[in-house]
This record gives sequence, structure tokens and C-alpha cells, in this order.
Amino acid sequence: MKLNTLQRHFRESGKSLVRNGWMTFASVSAVTVTLLLVGVFFVIMMNLNHIATNVENDVEIRVHIDPAATVENQKTLEAKIKKIAKVDSVVYSPKEKELTNMIEGMGENGEAFKLFEQDNPLRDVLVVKTKTPQDVDQVSKKIETFEYVQSVKYGKEYVDNLFNVVNIARNIGVVLIIGLLFTAMFLISNTIKITIIARRKEIEIMRLVGATNNFIRWPFFLEGLWLGVLGAIIPIVLIGITYSNLFKYVSPKINIPFFELLPLSPFIYQISVILILLGGLIGIWGSLMSVRKFLKV
Amino acid sequence: MIEMTDVYKTYSNGVVAINGINVKIKTGEFVYVVGPSGAGKSTFIKMMYREESPTNGNIIVDGVSLPKIRNTKVPLFRRNIGVVFQDFKLLPTLTVYENVAFAMEVIEKTPEEIKKRVMEVLELVGLKHKVRMLPTELSGGEQQRVSIARSIVNSPKVVIADEPTGNLDPETSWEIMNIFDEINKSGTTIVMATHNKDIVNNMKHRVIAIESGKIARDDLRGEYGYEA
Ligand SMILES: Nc1ncnc2c1ncn2[C@@H]1O[C@H](COP(=O)(O)OP(=O)(O)OP(=O)(O)O)[C@@H](O)[C@H]1O
Ligand SMILES: [Mg+2]
Repeated sequence: MKLNTLQRHFRESGKSLVRNGWMTFASVSAVTVTLLLVGVFFVIMMNLNHIATNVENDVEIRVHIDPAATVENQKTLEAKIKKIAKVDSVVYSPKEKELTNMIEGMGENGEAFKLFEQDNPLRDVLVVKTKTPQDVDQVSKKIETFEYVQSVKYGKEYVDNLFNVVNIARNIGVVLIIGLLFTAMFLISNTIKITIIARRKEIEIMRLVGATNNFIRWPFFLEGLWLGVLGAIIPIVLIGITYSNLFKYVSPKINIPFFELLPLSPFIYQISVILILLGGLIGIWGSLMSVRKFLKV
Repeated sequence: MIEMTDVYKTYSNGVVAINGINVKIKTGEFVYVVGPSGAGKSTFIKMMYREESPTNGNIIVDGVSLPKIRNTKVPLFRRNIGVVFQDFKLLPTLTVYENVAFAMEVIEKTPEEIKKRVMEVLELVGLKHKVRMLPTELSGGEQQRVSIARSIVNSPKVVIADEPTGNLDPETSWEIMNIFDEINKSGTTIVMATHNKDIVNNMKHRVIAIESGKIARDDLRGEYGYEA
């Protein structure tokens, strides 16, 4: 396409934005609200995922030893586990210690378990740490095959629970966002329809003198694109400022294990790009709907 | 230049507008299309620039078989045809100059070409001194001149006009006809539907009379043949 032509399309689409006034405002607002929610949702999801991954990366394998095993057997088992190449460390934790840990971990409610001190139902445990978290699954499976191993447990359950929460939140969010995306898209499509009607005389003459279909369509696509991209500006600025402040001032004050926000860069830039792309996409999509319906060429 | 063979046109509402037409129009001819209201004149000429397509039969314009060309090829074909209407169809927010330049801009001519050619045609229609005016500031005759300038600015081989003097007083109509005559003398084929008896009888050209969708008469240097 010639530079002059491109300039012309930009100019024409800009004129329409101004001419449509309130409809432009309504469409951009709809995109703004939508993208703001999409953005906040994204920030939350990505960070939950990040935290879940942190937890996952820290899991240890707990090998419950069969009570039938003699001290001799235990030593052999420990040695065998240590020999697995991917294993970093093995620590022996007798069942008495396990019970104390459990009672402490439960706080007030732990008192009730004190009864078990007489007849401890727990097992002696070998706490195994692997060199990398990815090895946890594989190493656990291997240990399960060893003699005198009653059961193997690792943090997977906790991580799975966390991922479940993330999943449910995501599904609810996705439904909500799709609804909003459609609303924004329909508003844009309606704005473009108004432009097409306002310009029907120009379009008629363009056709008469032999303007190509693409030439006629371009300004409408651009107008849709502007509506979408303009709608992305406020969400990007708001989310950028809020997240930076959260990261700088709030996050360091929170002392929950594994709680840690994703670093500003590249996260903020990724979100910005996603929001602009999404805005542009619903804009173009909206104008495509109207162009196909009302611009019979 | 234009050739129709066994052309029929039935609109989707069932109205038969053209009922079997065979005609040949040679390059450089000037043709009046006359006939009673509702006879099918507008339909006849709309099919020449593919605004309407025939239900049956073939139309060849400038070597292009219109029923057969793909929709995407229509724009390129249209660049060979200039069209003028009774109601001018000017864009009210654009000046005289911009209205004419518009026809070149939208087919992506360069600014240099546009500047040169637009002034050329505006001079030809006698509006060089009013280029900055808006259509609303012009008389009907002047508006029609702008629309004629626009129709020829891309140097088409054929100019098609549907009652171009229908909204104008007799004197202004003659001025407009003189411009068409001049365009025709430069070699451009002209097909014009008209109800103007005075003009048809005094500026002699070929006359095709259409009645009920059929050619009733076709005379070189013919007469209008109906009561005005
Ligand atoms: N788009 C259309 N859809 C349906 N019927 C149409 C359409 N255009 C024209 N007609 C019908 O076709 C017939 C021929 O119409 P056309 O406009 O070609 O006549 P005309 O000779 O140009 O008349 P006039 O002198 O009044 O302009 C008329 O009966 C008209 O009602
Ligand atoms: Mg007519």
C-alpha cells in the first residue's frame, strides 16, 4: 500500500472517532472496563501460579518405614536411597519426633493427640530431598519399590490443592471475561455500523469510481483498532502503577512462606502487550462483524 | 464498446425491467436512451456499469464480459466508466476541488497526478474559479458540472449519464449538454438516459427508445418521439 493511502486511511479513521463522539466514548469505556478486569485477573492468576510453583519447588519426599523393619533394615534402606543419583539428602526422623511435630503444628488442637504419646500410631520417616524439584515424582516412584517402605508421601497433595483453587478461580474469571469481551465487541461493532451509515454516500461514490473493496474497508478496521487500543491505555497505566506499588511497598511486609510477587520486569510489559493485543483484537473483530454485515461489496 | 445479447432483467420482486435486448454501441458514439417512465432506461444503463446484473444474456463492455467477471474485478472495470446522475451525488463536506480529487484519491493516484488532472477537468467544465467552494454554495448547473468533472477525471472510455439535466432549467441544461458534446468529441463514448425532448431533437445523436423493457426504436440522428 502506498504511504499516501495509508495516511489517508489513518486520517479518515481518526475523523470518524471524533465524529462518532459518544459512541466512541462508550466503546472505549467498555473496552477499558473489560481490559481492566482481564488485567487484574491476569495479575492474580499469574501470581497464584508463581506461588504454587514455588511451593512445588520446595517439596520433600517423606518415606514411611514399615514398622516390621529392624534398625539394620532401616540403615540399608537409607543407604539405598542415598545411592539414587538424583537424591540430595536423606534425614532420619523417628516417629516420636514426628508426633511432637504434629502436635506442635496443630497448636491448641494438638493437645488431644498427646494421648498417642503412650501408643504412637505414626511411623519412622526418612525425609528425602532431591537435587531438583522435577525429580520428586520419579524418585518417589523408585523409592516405593524398595523393601520395608510402607508408603511414600510428598507435597504433591498440597500443591494439587493450590492448583485446584487456581483452576476454579480461572474458570469463573474466564466466563466473566468472555461475557465482557463480547459486550465490548458488540459496542465496537455498533460504532462501526454508525460510521458505515454516516459514510454511505462516500462509499457509494468510491464504488462507482472503482475503489477496491480493501481500500473501502481499511478505515473501518483502523477505527475498530483505535477503539480497542485506546481502551487498553487506562488499564495498562492503572495496573502498572498499582502493581509496582504492591511489589515495592506491600509485598516485602508480608511474611507468609512462599508468598512472593512476580518481579516487575518483564511481567508488567507482558501484561501491557497482552492488553493492547486483546484490545486491538476485539476492535478489529467488532469492525469485521459490521463490515461484513453492512458493507456489501 | 458496449454489446448486449439477449439481455433480460427481472428484479427480485418479480418486476420484469428488461425483456430481451440486443444492442451494439461503438466507440465514440453518443447515444440517447429515451422512453416512458418505468420503461427500463435506468435498468438498461445500470447493467452497463454492473450496478445491476442481467438475469439472462450477455453484456460486453470494453472487452469485459460483465456477467462473468468476479466481484473483485469490478472495481478495476469501473475505472473505465464515468457515471453522472440527476442528483449529482456530491459529498457536501468537500469543496469542489476535493469532490473531484476524491475520485482519484480512492484509486490511489499520486498527489502530483491528482493536482494536475483535477485542475484540467475543472477548467474544461468552466469551474476553475470556484474550486474552493462547497457544493451548497453552487447552483444546480454548477453542481452538475462538478459531478461531470468527477466522472471524467480518471479518463474513462465511456460516460454513462442518467437524466443529467433532469433537475436543471432549459438554459442550464444546454450548457451541460455542450460539455457532454465536448467530452464526446474528444473520443469518449456517451450513453445518456433523458426525458429532454428539446435537447434530443436539437442536438442530434443516435436515439434508442425503450418501451416495456424492449427496444422500440433505434435511429442514428433520431427524434425524441414522445410528448414532452
Ligand atoms: N431495484 C429495483 N427493484 C425492483 N424493481 C425495480 C428496481 N429498479 C427498478 N425497478 C422496476 O423496474 C422497472 C424499470 O425501472 P427503471 O428505473 O429502469 O425505469 P426508467 O425507464 O428508468 O424510468 P424513469 O424514466 O422513471 O427513470 C420499473 O417498473 C421499476 O419499478
Ligand atoms: Mg430512470
